[in-house]
Amino acid sequence: MLTHFLRLALLTLSLLLPAQFAQAQPTDIPARIAAMGEANLRELTSIVTDLAATGDPAVVPVLTALGGGNLYLDETSGRIVIQGRSAITDPLTGEEVDLGAGADLSRIRVNNSLRRDIASALAGMTLMSDNPATRFSAAQGFLAKPDPINIPLLDEAIAAETDSNVLRLMQAARAVTILSDSEAGIEDRRAAVPGVVAGAGRNAITILTGALANAPDELRPTIEAALAGLEQSRAVWSALQNVWFGVSLGSVLLLAAIGLAITFGVMGVINMAHGEMVMLGAYTTFLVQLVIRQSFPGLLDYSLLIALPVAFLVTGAIGVGIERGIIRWLYGRPLETLLATWGLSLILQQTVRSIFGPTNQMVIAPTWMSGSTDFFGLAITYNRFWIVIFALIVFFMLLLILNRTPLGLQMRAVTQNRRMASSMGIRTPFVDAMTFGLGSGIAGLAGVALTQIDNISPNLGQNYIIDSFMVVVFGGVGNLWGTFVGALTLGIANKFLEPYAGAVLGKILILVLIILFIQRRPRGLFALKGRAVEQ
Amino acid sequence: MLTQALLRALDKKAVWVIGIFLAVAILVPMANLLIPPGQFGHVPTYMVSLFGKYLSYAMLALALDLVWGYCGILSLGHGAFFALGGYAMGMYLMRQIGSRGVYGNPVLPDFMVFLNWKELPWYWLGFDNFWFAMAMVVVVPGLLAFVFGFFAFRSRVTGVYLSIMTQAMTFALLLAFFRNDMGFGGNNGLTDFKDILGAPVQAQTTRVALFAATAVALALSVLVCSMIVNSKLGKVMIAVRDAESRTRFIGYRVEYVKLFAFTVSAIMAGIAGALYVPQVGIINPGEFEPGNSIEVVIWAAVGGRGTLVGPIIGAIAVNLGKSWFTTAFPEFWLFALGALFIFVTLFLPKGIVGLWQQIFERRRKTPAPPSPSQSADVERGKDPASFSNPQPRPAE
Repeated sequence: MLTHFLRLALLTLSLLLPAQFAQAQPTDIPARIAAMGEANLRELTSIVTDLAATGDPAVVPVLTALGGGNLYLDETSGRIVIQGRSAITDPLTGEEVDLGAGADLSRIRVNNSLRRDIASALAGMTLMSDNPATRFSAAQGFLAKPDPINIPLLDEAIAAETDSNVLRLMQAARAVTILSDSEAGIEDRRAAVPGVVAGAGRNAITILTGALANAPDELRPTIEAALAGLEQSRAVWSALQNVWFGVSLGSVLLLAAIGLAITFGVMGVINMAHGEMVMLGAYTTFLVQLVIRQSFPGLLDYSLLIALPVAFLVTGAIGVGIERGIIRWLYGRPLETLLATWGLSLILQQTVRSIFGPTNQMVIAPTWMSGSTDFFGLAITYNRFWIVIFALIVFFMLLLILNRTPLGLQMRAVTQNRRMASSMGIRTPFVDAMTFGLGSGIAGLAGVALTQIDNISPNLGQNYIIDSFMVVVFGGVGNLWGTFVGALTLGIANKFLEPYAGAVLGKILILVLIILFIQRRPRGLFALKGRAVEQ
Repeated sequence: MLTQALLRALDKKAVWVIGIFLAVAILVPMANLLIPPGQFGHVPTYMVSLFGKYLSYAMLALALDLVWGYCGILSLGHGAFFALGGYAMGMYLMRQIGSRGVYGNPVLPDFMVFLNWKELPWYWLGFDNFWFAMAMVVVVPGLLAFVFGFFAFRSRVTGVYLSIMTQAMTFALLLAFFRNDMGFGGNNGLTDFKDILGAPVQAQTTRVALFAATAVALALSVLVCSMIVNSKLGKVMIAVRDAESRTRFIGYRVEYVKLFAFTVSAIMAGIAGALYVPQVGIINPGEFEPGNSIEVVIWAAVGGRGTLVGPIIGAIAVNLGKSWFTTAFPEFWLFALGALFIFVTLFLPKGIVGLWQQIFERRRKTPAPPSPSQSADVERGKDPASFSNPQPRPAE
């Protein structure tokens, strides 16, 4: 008996609590909604006005449901519910309601004048809201469900609107409404077409195609012309989008290949462990972030910037070590160098696998690199954007080093004629070591960038090494611009082939095309010119 | 003319090698079939299959050595020819399954039924015939090598460029064979074989017969290679390896010499692949992995390139090591393999055979000063690749 009483008390309390915390006029809203069940049309009108007057966003679903004919009264329990597409929900909380077996739903009927009232009440609460985001989503709602009843409201809202984005959307919603209103004049509807094209953005094609289906014959040519124009501009934009994706892929290739191009150009050495330098750069970034997260959490947003010099120095030092330890002994035997560095890459991969495990590691993106922006309809993610910028910076820095520093001068001299350079007093072994260190360091920088778009795993380098070779072979040796053009060309070509051939077939096609290209120009796009028979 | 070539080919070493493998082809099957298990001298069947696999690897390494060791072309794509030969054999074996597959379709292999294919693609036609399949084992890798080599050598793609291109070739094939709609079983490849020439693949006698066939094929390959290497053409090949431009200026068509070596080598690799597949029971796109092809190079390098025995010894030794390592210390195998790459290139440029020759010759010739011809020979043999790609040495 006592427990029963307690339970009842608790139940009452729990029912009362939310009501007490509700906004203005606490008990009013549920009571008014409950009253809807038995109200006649005039009473309903006054309830709607009252509900709208509360200004509480919670009543918006109720009013929308009432206007749309989705608000029901359960005759058995007397509850007011919303009949959604899949479930029956409570009008205020939005939670699913189980009415049990004895439920007897009857729709709460409205007439046109009441619907107009509801629409204007809703518009007052949403279209006229102080918050631009609310207005924006309201306009989106009108765009998605055009109803001629709303035109006066939209006109009113358009007149009062100050935000240009919202205004464009509202005008589009108005145009769509007129276009789809079969009772409006043909001239009005025709005049509405440009409005749809201008304002509805990516949805314009769907809206116009839908309108075309039940448009009268006089209207068809206008809509078809607008559709053709839209299709054309969509083709241009998708081409631009492909170019952007291609540039993004190309900049990754550039980062991965540019170090390879330097070592290959200066020393004639194909460094098969180059991919592993990229991988080590990525793991360095991971470690730097780990240390920062544990010791200096305030710097977490800058961990990538801190990782850049660290990765450059670590991989650069390893590169110098490799050059002094292995490659130095194999000069003049490029094919053997290729094998030895391959062996080295196996060892480096397995070392990393034993230390960090074969699973992928995570590097958290700093806030300024996450998210994306809409650039005239091009979706541009910030991490891709920054990688493109970063690749360009690295490229031009390297160009500067090669063309404006003594080391660069010596490197170019050794590339062009090793013996002559040596005779002129250039310490070629030192230049070799520095070149290899520089190339490896840049691979490390590429690794830092790749943490943002790829998984950090021991196999990271393997995924890029063949592509990097292709870039170097395609672009030609001894000229950084060759690598630059090669990387961007391959990136863009890849992304343009993908929609037609699929990702895998596209890649195969690129490989075949490069193999054919090499037949025409065995030394790549930008080959160093010399007079020797063998270079 | 042919007998002359044969006689020239059969120098002492080649005779020994061919003799050994022919003896192996007879003795090992006898040791397996005639000596009962448990008794001394019995060779267990799994051992026979394992060594059959090694012998097909040895044949692949020998094929690579013909182009690398004798012609100076470092191919990083020989695994592709091997796999293509293997796929041709696999297609024949798939067709032999008939209606015994899981879906019981008499014509279509299981994976095609699974993909809802209605009829056999055109390139599968004819593979139910053993001899057609065997012809394809030779033709497909040979044709690919011929076309690839024709374009590459004609436009004088040499050295590391050629190596990278061959690697790109096998990588492209890897990607292609992974695709399900290529009609080669996609990721899973071809497997679940039942019969070869009417005999069940898993049976002891079949396995032993396959081993004997591999040993004989290897002996024949040694014979063919020996004939080529000891002919005038072989001398030109070595000349191309050591001084390509000089050979061209003397008047030889270097590209045709290279093309010949490359095509013959690809065909040998294809046959090796065809012998490999029924012994391991599966062929999948993994065989196209660029890493596999590079591993073949290290087999040849470990044994000693530019010799006919070296690659065979290297392939068997490295694979024995691999089998032992991957069971005893699985996580250290890649360390060992990587170290092997570095060690061999740095300290053993002539491989095991070269080391043995060096020790042997030093012991025999210590008192007498080396004659000029010999020193020239040593000089040249020391680093054959450098002459085809002379990189100016840093002045040190």
